[in-house]
Amino acid sequence: MTNKSTLKQLFSAGLINGGIIIFLGLVGMIETFSQRDIVSGLVSMGFILLFLPFFVFGYSIAKKEPDQSLRTVLFAGGLTGLVAGFTTALLPILGQFVNIRDMFMNASPTLYSILNFNQGIYLGGLILMIVSGIIGALGAGFLLIPPRLRNAFLQAVVWTVLLGLMRDLLIVMIARWGAISYIFRWIFASSGLTITGALVIFFLVGVVYYWRSGKKQDLPVKKILSKKQKNIRFGKLVAAVILMLLLPQILGIYFSEILDNVGIYILMGLGLNIVIGFAGLLDLGYVAFFAIGAYVVGVLTSPEMGVIQITFWQALPFALLASVTAGVILGLPVLKMRGDYLAIVTLGFGEIIRLLSLSDWLRPYLGGTQGIQRIARPFIGSLELKTQGQLYYLIVAAILIAGFIAWRLKDSHMGRSWMAMREDEDVAQAMGINLVATKLSAFATGAFFAGLAGAIFAAKLSSAYPQSMNLMVSINVLCLIIVGGMGSIPGVFVGALVLMGSPELLREFSEFRYLVYGALLVVMMLVRPEGLWPEARRKLELHESMEPDALPNDIPTVTENPAG
Amino acid sequence: MPMLEVENIHSYYGNIHALKGVSLTVEKGEIVTLIGGNGAGKTTTLRSISGILKPLEGTVRFEGEDLAPFKPHKLVAKGISMVPEGRGIFSRLTVAENLDMGAYVRSDKAEIKVDLERVFTLLPRLKERRSQVAGTLSGGEQQMLATGRALMARPRLLLMDEPSMGLAPVLVESIFEKIVEINQEGMTILLVEQNALMALSIAHRGYVMQTGEIVLHDKASNLQTNKMVQKAYLGME
Ligand SMILES: Nc1ncnc2c1ncn2[C@@H]1O[C@H](COP(=O)(O)OP(=O)(O)OP(=O)(O)O)[C@@H](O)[C@H]1O
Ligand SMILES: [Mg+2]
Repeated sequence: MTNKSTLKQLFSAGLINGGIIIFLGLVGMIETFSQRDIVSGLVSMGFILLFLPFFVFGYSIAKKEPDQSLRTVLFAGGLTGLVAGFTTALLPILGQFVNIRDMFMNASPTLYSILNFNQGIYLGGLILMIVSGIIGALGAGFLLIPPRLRNAFLQAVVWTVLLGLMRDLLIVMIARWGAISYIFRWIFASSGLTITGALVIFFLVGVVYYWRSGKKQDLPVKKILSKKQKNIRFGKLVAAVILMLLLPQILGIYFSEILDNVGIYILMGLGLNIVIGFAGLLDLGYVAFFAIGAYVVGVLTSPEMGVIQITFWQALPFALLASVTAGVILGLPVLKMRGDYLAIVTLGFGEIIRLLSLSDWLRPYLGGTQGIQRIARPFIGSLELKTQGQLYYLIVAAILIAGFIAWRLKDSHMGRSWMAMREDEDVAQAMGINLVATKLSAFATGAFFAGLAGAIFAAKLSSAYPQSMNLMVSINVLCLIIVGGMGSIPGVFVGALVLMGSPELLREFSEFRYLVYGALLVVMMLVRPEGLWPEARRKLELHESMEPDALPNDIPTVTENPAG
Repeated sequence: MPMLEVENIHSYYGNIHALKGVSLTVEKGEIVTLIGGNGAGKTTTLRSISGILKPLEGTVRFEGEDLAPFKPHKLVAKGISMVPEGRGIFSRLTVAENLDMGAYVRSDKAEIKVDLERVFTLLPRLKERRSQVAGTLSGGEQQMLATGRALMARPRLLLMDEPSMGLAPVLVESIFEKIVEINQEGMTILLVEQNALMALSIAHRGYVMQTGEIVLHDKASNLQTNKMVQKAYLGME
């Protein structure tokens, strides 16, 4: 059965698991999230946060067990959970004797009572250990369930939790649907889902997913599409487009606002993806071009700024031109720089632009700390685009244009020279690639997209503040590219939805936004370094699976042989 | 008129005087080799020819034309291709994409296709591995790829920097066979090598370089029997 080294593994996994929970507790996540119900009065988000790690650790430790019999697997998971529970239970006990709260203000009695099931530190600790042991064992046992059932179960849980989390938003959305809304009302309690609602969602999703995953297997290889399949595909595409166009109507103001913000980040992501993903130029001052786009529109359209006052559409070309020019200006001095040096210089550039917009010196022109208000909104004919729903269409149009440009550029002559430059500048030059032109074009294209995003952003808020042009914007865009997949265009959409959309949906989340980002990035690098929706090439490179016998035997092995 | 004519060039890295008046010529159809020990300045000579490093003195002429006013990336279009030192392939691109990059400056699609087939015939291993990521090729295959990629530009002069570097003797031999084959199809080649024995065995003429200067120049067969060369580079007493 379990030998000594695996025992050691179990213990250290349990300790890490406990450490994670203590950490989550001390940063305040468990307590904050426990106020958010998933299933009314039964399961809170804090509860999930507290117990999910036991389950995950139980599962992954069982996966490592060489012997996959029920007994060893359950034992491994259970023991890990037990150790983790024990470790966690030490926190309230420690809190009894030492004042941890001086250091960690979230080490509150509320947290302790959550950890102890309200039963006091000793009895509560015991309960916690038993519960965590059971959950660990359950996690381990989960491994033994057939994959199809397992996935269906997972999907069901994920959907139930998501819908529970989004209850407040969904209620608002459903309220707009008039009579049909009553069909859905009973699913939602005053906070979270009703128990019946949760059960219905869980089983519905589970059954549908189970049934569909069974069907998928006997589908033919996807490559060759019959005419009928092509029609179906086209139909799906049309349906998706119609749905996308109707989204603001279906979803209402709050969701539209989120979509608009995600959209603006998608625009920026598409641009930075060209600079970093395609051309390999690590630009950390990307927000500068966004700021320039926003401020140019501001200065040219706001009556406050007194220079001239033109419409949004008249100002837009100037905004784009200014951003592109700035892109080239930034590009020139950094032509000879690579990697980390480039990152530092661009970082500085971003800060310079922000400080300029903030400065008293330029206050008469840029408004200083107050920024610029009363920026003109775009008109289409006599219709002023001003609600979130209306601006949504402007943003979608911009994304379509930008996405199309990015997609076409990728396989173009220029796209190839970006790629070659990213790989090796000297060799690229030897292939006949003009490095100066290639670099500047990457910066300029990236700046164009950011300028567009900035212009729309300014029109949307009808104001531009220096505060919204900070470094975090650049970091956010960079993160979404990494999470989505470097160099991948669909990845930008996925990354933006995940990183920018989810914190908006979960307001408690935003407090821990960067903590979650950090954790997410680390996990991504370990589990899925190529991103959520990677470019085909990156997948090839990171997960090449060359069977050894595919290599012909007659290749002599290469040895280091410094000839001389 | 020689195809390539290097006349008394002086090149510097900062204040390191790396080339102290190097002169050499390559005639059309020849294999000329430039041999010498570590740090002799062979790579520097190639860099000076291609203009990545601008010589402060002296001239480089290709088919009679002074190359000084041209940026390095213009050279491919002029007809000079380089197989860089240490193979310098795009390791994250596939074999096919690497070859494609070789034809970057060309727009004659049909002719590119013809040349691709020619490269595949010459270097069949590349055809087998066309969709493999180049970084995962063996060292010898990578050298073949760098060579094939240079040929894709359809150059008239091929500059090769130490194709034998880091390869096992068997592989060096097969690479050199390919070089001869390429030459027999009419390509002019300037071959930089540390492996003097091999280089002299396939070259028509050779230059011997030491600390930034050409110290010897003769027909390859004569250099092979030259006492000094034998002692310094061929390991014979
Ligand atoms: N970028 C550089 N900066 C400063 N010095 C350099 C640089 N590159 C080369 N050198 C120096 O110039 C001299 C000639 O170098 P070069 O690379 O031309 O030698 P080589 O003959 O190609 O040697 P090897 O056979 O080892 O490749 C050496 O002393 C080297 O240290
Ligand atoms: Mg060298």
